[in-house]
Amino acid sequence: MSDLPRRNPALGDLPLWAESGDTAHPESATDAGDAEPGAAPGVAHPESGTASGFTLIGKPQRKVDGLAKATGKAAYTDDISLPGMLHGKILRSPHPHARILSIDASRALALEGVHAVVTGRDMPVRYGIIPWTPDEYPLCVERVRYIGDGVAAVAAVDEDTAIRALSRIRVEYDELPACLDPAEALAADGSEEHPFIHEPRREGRNGNVTKRVQLSFGEVDERMADADVVVEGEYFFEGTTHTPIEPHCAIGRYDENGRLTVWSATQVPHYLHRELASVLGLDPAIIRVVQPPVGGAFGGKSEPFDLEFCVARLSMMTGRPVKILYTREEVFYAHRGRHPFHMKYRTGVDGEGRLQAVDAEVVLDGGAYASFGLVTTYYAGQLLTAPYAMPAYRFDSTRVYTNKPACGPKRGHGSVQPRFAFEVQLDKLAEKLAMDPIELRRVNFMGGNTRTVNELRVTSNGFLECLDAVENASGWRERHRRLPPGRGLGVAGSCYISGTNYPVYPNEMPQSAIQLQVDRSGRVAVLSGASEIGQGCDSMVAYITAEELGVPLEYVRVLAGDTDFTPVDLGAYSSRITFMLGNACIDAARKLRRKVQDAVAEEWECRPGQVQMAGGWAYYTPDTGRRMPIAQAFNLAEARHGTLGATGWYNTPRDNHGDYRGGTIGASPAYSFTAHVAEVDVDVETGVVDVVRIWVAHDCGRALNPLLVEGQMEGSVYMGFAEALMEEQIFKSAAQGRAGLHNAPSLLDYRIPTSLDTPEIESLIVESIDPEGPYGAKEAGEGPLHSSIPAIANAIHDATGVRMDRLPFSAPNVWRAIQEAGGPKALGPPGRAAAPPREPARVDRVAVGVGR
Amino acid sequence: MVKATTCIVHLRVNGDDYAPGVPSHYTLLETLRYVIGLTGSKQGCDKGDCGACTVILDGEPHLSCITPVLAAEGREIRTVEGLAGAGRPHPLQDAFDLNGAAQCGFCTPGILCSAVALLERNDAPTRTEIREALAGNLCRCTGYTKIYDAVESAAEVLRGQSGGGTGNGE
Repeated sequence: MSDLPRRNPALGDLPLWAESGDTAHPESATDAGDAEPGAAPGVAHPESGTASGFTLIGKPQRKVDGLAKATGKAAYTDDISLPGMLHGKILRSPHPHARILSIDASRALALEGVHAVVTGRDMPVRYGIIPWTPDEYPLCVERVRYIGDGVAAVAAVDEDTAIRALSRIRVEYDELPACLDPAEALAADGSEEHPFIHEPRREGRNGNVTKRVQLSFGEVDERMADADVVVEGEYFFEGTTHTPIEPHCAIGRYDENGRLTVWSATQVPHYLHRELASVLGLDPAIIRVVQPPVGGAFGGKSEPFDLEFCVARLSMMTGRPVKILYTREEVFYAHRGRHPFHMKYRTGVDGEGRLQAVDAEVVLDGGAYASFGLVTTYYAGQLLTAPYAMPAYRFDSTRVYTNKPACGPKRGHGSVQPRFAFEVQLDKLAEKLAMDPIELRRVNFMGGNTRTVNELRVTSNGFLECLDAVENASGWRERHRRLPPGRGLGVAGSCYISGTNYPVYPNEMPQSAIQLQVDRSGRVAVLSGASEIGQGCDSMVAYITAEELGVPLEYVRVLAGDTDFTPVDLGAYSSRITFMLGNACIDAARKLRRKVQDAVAEEWECRPGQVQMAGGWAYYTPDTGRRMPIAQAFNLAEARHGTLGATGWYNTPRDNHGDYRGGTIGASPAYSFTAHVAEVDVDVETGVVDVVRIWVAHDCGRALNPLLVEGQMEGSVYMGFAEALMEEQIFKSAAQGRAGLHNAPSLLDYRIPTSLDTPEIESLIVESIDPEGPYGAKEAGEGPLHSSIPAIANAIHDATGVRMDRLPFSAPNVWRAIQEAGGPKALGPPGRAAAPPREPARVDRVAVGVGR
Repeated sequence: MVKATTCIVHLRVNGDDYAPGVPSHYTLLETLRYVIGLTGSKQGCDKGDCGACTVILDGEPHLSCITPVLAAEGREIRTVEGLAGAGRPHPLQDAFDLNGAAQCGFCTPGILCSAVALLERNDAPTRTEIREALAGNLCRCTGYTKIYDAVESAAEVLRGQSGGGTGNGE
């Protein structure tokens, strides 16, 4: 497809270095003779605060894999077929809680076409994504803990045979009482009637508690007592699941050299690599993990799953490649999605609306295993402390086990639920104070270059500009509390991390790394360990490489996600990749650029700082008529320095958090900020909520490619909207016939929004230019989800006067809330007769720009 | 192994004739992906819920995961692999790339088939018509916005081409 049109109107024509005609000349070329060798002449640095010098950064670009995906050529894991490949299937527990007494697979093995059966006893090594809470086995060994827990796996000549073989495996169970309710789990005593789901790690403890965190900052009780207005509320956030359109899939191949390769739809090839070695007892050096393009993940593929261990083990047993592809039903049972949260909040403010104290109690329904739960338990409290200044804050957060699929990280891990409760609390406070909810948020703005009450270091902060942007775009001042009954506007704000300062397992090595190599043709290969899951990280490193080395984007090749050939990156989670991998890529590219500048400067007898590389050429900056094709410049550098390559890496700052136990959790090199305004139209007779439009403004630091940033914002808004109105990962009770059975494990019954359900979304990018981000960039993939949900809740209140403190805001739930408020006729939208909004409070602003 | 009735099925896919032997219970999707090797069409749910398997059958979008392969015999089947010209993507594919309409890309082949079928019967669809045409295709990444942009811009390019216009977007 070499003659594909490559014209992006926003980009203009890219010069090809081999052309002899005139090429785009970087207008911003400046005499950078005094710049440090290796500094980017003509290219804006983060500190310069201007984007004008960029060739590609900050402009819409095609993605490196865009056409492969648009033509059906991108090969996902299930698109791979290996010679002699067998197909595996996993037998799953029909009981929510039971002891395994025996497993007899002889009849399965006797079936023609069946090559191997594996059970928990073949891999009896505990693992867990968090090294402190290893509590699961690849397949259950002695006990099953939810309906769907893996018990045995078969490899057969085809899928149909594997399915039939499963029905021939006989498992004897001794059923145990199942516990589905977190309050019941907390009350369990380990008796026969109320057994613990996991053995207590210490005697006398409740084995059903994964983790409890109690932290307090400032004088909470005193300040709460002195507050002018205190609002108390109870909230419930229902569990939801990620529902990537691609089901999990993995292929294992144990080859003739005794090497194991696992292809998997994973977000964390590096962690998978480690866990495979540990569980299978193999030298990590003989294991290779390959991550093909992933068809959506959202946190749902960020730890090892049974199928990855099973394909590896089955391949070792049979000597043939083995593939397992989950059914959609299995994806629902694999879960690791949003925890159901039971939350109590007390929030106190002074007469001007300034926060005085926040007191929170949170119970997380964790499901059967710990997953990332230790982190979730902390995040449930730690990530609430921005963008508002709060002088005193306390939280008590407990995660409990229940006999349901394990919960884990879903987009906005651990902080989406408390953000919902807290932003509704703020709305209630604004109502009590007869204050505009946006003003209430403005007066509490914490500012930039500061610390939160729990001692997290916040650098760039464009939250005020986010508020301004959604206020203006939505016509807030003219319309809030002024729309006809049934229609309303709601606002909410939020913040999120750009990666975590500490990796999942303690080590001092880089979190992200890039290796570059240059071909004599001018082509540059980027080896990246990061996980492309649709967010565009392969493209991001291509943009940076092209920008820094002055080659056309078409000359950059990205090889990613292969532990044999790419440097370690920790994975696509916690919104870390742009910040960390972007910085690693800049580091590598600038090292390489220095070599090229040195060589060209020697040729031109000038200083290296006078050599600029852009648009396929190396230029002499004092006289830009003097230039050479970039390939020639690379060849000079190769002749002078030897084969051209460079590695670059990024590691996080380690000193920007509190010194207390848990103070490292929530610490990030930078935080993103978001504001939403949602507009709803509520049918008060039926409870049907129509979210008409959502305006979202997000401070992403700098938009490296605004098209992709908007895509992340729109996807986040959609996913938040989906949780707000539609989604429920729920399970049947014993009274409903089968305790612990998923209520609706299909995409027909677990409703996710179609194009007809999804509201109009307007994205407003705010750029605060972070001092440490790559060109000033921060995250955009998770932050913009958070405030979607409380903005909708607050809009429903503006429309009807009814508070929705429980998710989802489905028609039955909204209808019930309206009935409890006295029915449609009793509704009076709030504040319609209230005083006009106050004058905006005076606040200090950081200098940021608002784009688009 | 499981004994299944196997039969020879005659399929015309993207203008090519195939006559593979398949178990008679196979769906069109299984045959395309695992027998013929056209893996562009995706399996997301295997129940006709998600639309990732959408192909064009006689000009209409169909869910290939709930279409028995025998029911596709003698019909004109187009998959995502058949949308592009020789060495040149379909204007809609190019518009998807240009507008950032594919994130993870897994729903993309099915959405392209639904949208191409729409554009072939309506060269100037409104946004509401686009929403309706894509209502059977779930996308979990984009919030659909960039997909609408792509379909609208492709419609413009196609109108330019068929009207002997300037061929903008080339």
